[in-house]
Amino acid sequence: MGKTLFEKIWDAHIVVEKQSGPSLIYIDRHLVHEVTSPQAFDGLRMNNRKVRRPDLTVATMDHNVPTTNRRLPILDQTSAIQIQTLAKNCKDFGIQLFDIASPNQGIVHVIGPQLGITLPGSTIVCGDSHTSTHGAFGALAFGIGTSEVEHVLASQTLWLEKPKPFEIRVEGKRKNPHAVTAKDIILSIIKNIGTGGGTGTVVEYRGEGITDLSMEQRMTICNMSIEAGARAGLIAPDEKTFDYLRGRKYTPKNYESLVDYWRETLKTDSDATFEKKYVLHIDDIAPQVSWGTNPGMTCDVTDSVPSPDDYSKGDQNQKKGAQKALEYMDLKPGTPITDIKVDRVFIGSCTNARLEDLIEASKVVKNRKVSPHVRAMVVPGSQMVKQQAEEMGLDKIFIDANFEWREAGCSMCLGMNPDILSPGERCASTSNRNFEGRQGTGGRTHLVSPVMAAAAAIEGHFVDVREMDLS
Amino acid sequence: MEPFKKIKTIVTPLDKVNVDTDQIVPKQFLKLIQKSGFGKFLFYNWRYDEDNHEKQDFVLNDKKYKNSKILVAGDNFGCGSSREHAVWALQDYGFSVVIAPSFADIFYSNCFKNGILPIVLDEQTVEKLQHMHDEIEIDLENQVIITPEEQIPFSIDAHRKNILLEGLDDIAQTLQFGDEISKFEKQSKIPSVL
Ligand code: SF4
Repeated sequence: MGKTLFEKIWDAHIVVEKQSGPSLIYIDRHLVHEVTSPQAFDGLRMNNRKVRRPDLTVATMDHNVPTTNRRLPILDQTSAIQIQTLAKNCKDFGIQLFDIASPNQGIVHVIGPQLGITLPGSTIVCGDSHTSTHGAFGALAFGIGTSEVEHVLASQTLWLEKPKPFEIRVEGKRKNPHAVTAKDIILSIIKNIGTGGGTGTVVEYRGEGITDLSMEQRMTICNMSIEAGARAGLIAPDEKTFDYLRGRKYTPKNYESLVDYWRETLKTDSDATFEKKYVLHIDDIAPQVSWGTNPGMTCDVTDSVPSPDDYSKGDQNQKKGAQKALEYMDLKPGTPITDIKVDRVFIGSCTNARLEDLIEASKVVKNRKVSPHVRAMVVPGSQMVKQQAEEMGLDKIFIDANFEWREAGCSMCLGMNPDILSPGERCASTSNRNFEGRQGTGGRTHLVSPVMAAAAAIEGHFVDVREMDLS
Repeated sequence: MEPFKKIKTIVTPLDKVNVDTDQIVPKQFLKLIQKSGFGKFLFYNWRYDEDNHEKQDFVLNDKKYKNSKILVAGDNFGCGSSREHAVWALQDYGFSVVIAPSFADIFYSNCFKNGILPIVLDEQTVEKLQHMHDEIEIDLENQVIITPEEQIPFSIDAHRKNILLEGLDDIAQTLQFGDEISKFEKQSKIPSVL
């Protein structure tokens, strides 16, 4: 019987397999950042262990770095300690680090692909749940906890239960691909299958709606796999994938021979079976806006805030959840989404802060001004993205419109640095989680695409970006 | 890690679904570089108001549950961020068992690394346990929960059960497979980063 792409990558990485229970899986790439690693390095020291393969390990600082002037000292003492700790750990254990002064610094899931560290057919882990992003390149990539970080540092392997393959087909063509984006596709999927819809699975995204996407858009899709509960999400590599990685800083020397091999091997066999299937038709989908406190609580921009009864379809737990969410979000059922005013706009995060995202958003912003009651910011996903955007003059477009233009980092995606919402503030955000307090205690997050966020900044409330003149 | 022993206490009911790790430990407390001391931050935003006073209506602030080691929660517990700090906080606070209809994958596997037993039971049973006022006993060895009325069996992967029961050091065990790992590395097609 044929195998799925995921099963092929899995099988190619089994070090030890037993009759039942987890298998020992080899890890090809380990990405490390400052928040989930200090206790892991401590554990190594306590047991006199070393890092088995520093040459397969790469570190950066992203989660709590300031996004303002990098030459100033970090004011937050605890953040500063965490950042110094990572620098010391990398030095002690011989790990390549892109620190705050490096031109290669950035959000770990943005720099991996950009530097050619992410490779098709490889296994990639990081102590961060959005590691699924790298699946866009046909890698098996997933987030792990700190104990597992320590385990990988020491052994370059992990004991894993094999997840089940889940096929999500995206069929059709978007009518207006500048206004209806990859973010709207993935939010639609999560809205339909729910935040637990992918639990225990690895999703393979397939179909015309996926192969049509650029690499950066595919990363947006795979990035949010975890928001549907999936362990990972991946997309079979094609020529777009191979072109994207060609000639990058750390692309392997024998790249072309690897590509020949990947072309032959990295695809799902026609007679392979998936445990689970879901199909989304995208011909008519609208831009999406989340209204609640998890990414599944999302609707079309043309809709109104749903009532808990309509949303829950009879499920009491869901109903309770929706009531609580509406209370937290301070929204009334029946309010048109386009009537919701925003105080803040955040264009950033590993979901939507790559060059293409900024280019698309800048088209909305060009020759316009941010609404006077809105504070808007752009935080590029990496210093490289920032530099490329500046070479194209995008920074000027945003700054002229009264956006703040920042240094790279996670920033207000999770608000561990000084970029946070104040209690009660409402934000149109291109990030991936709208949980209570995610962007700051009491802050209210609406997840949208970069163009939708940009449009909300200009108008001061949500608008259907399909109706804006983007010429 | 300490071997997992039989546990007998009352349960702490947390009647919420989709409890994410941001709620279990809010991110402002992730900056510590040790594993200990996270218990005081557990469910911080639910436990304390803006002036850091205990919120009386939150279950953890009810003295009755002070010695409970068993948390019983709703569906999809531990979703969101992969932060292991969530498990460290539960453990440091004093919980050894979490029961729910389902868990997020990463959270579930993080539990075993820190001596916490996550138990999946059907929704009805979980609800019944949430309303139970008597002590219940968790017997991992025999995979059963003993309440005054009944015995509720639960399933768990044999490998993971063993890790908890023996309190094994995961990494030491894995390093015994050093030869297999080296052999794998020799034939691997994926080159070094640098
Ligand atoms: S941008 Fe947000 S989701 Fe992405 S790695 Fe940083 S904190 Fe995690």
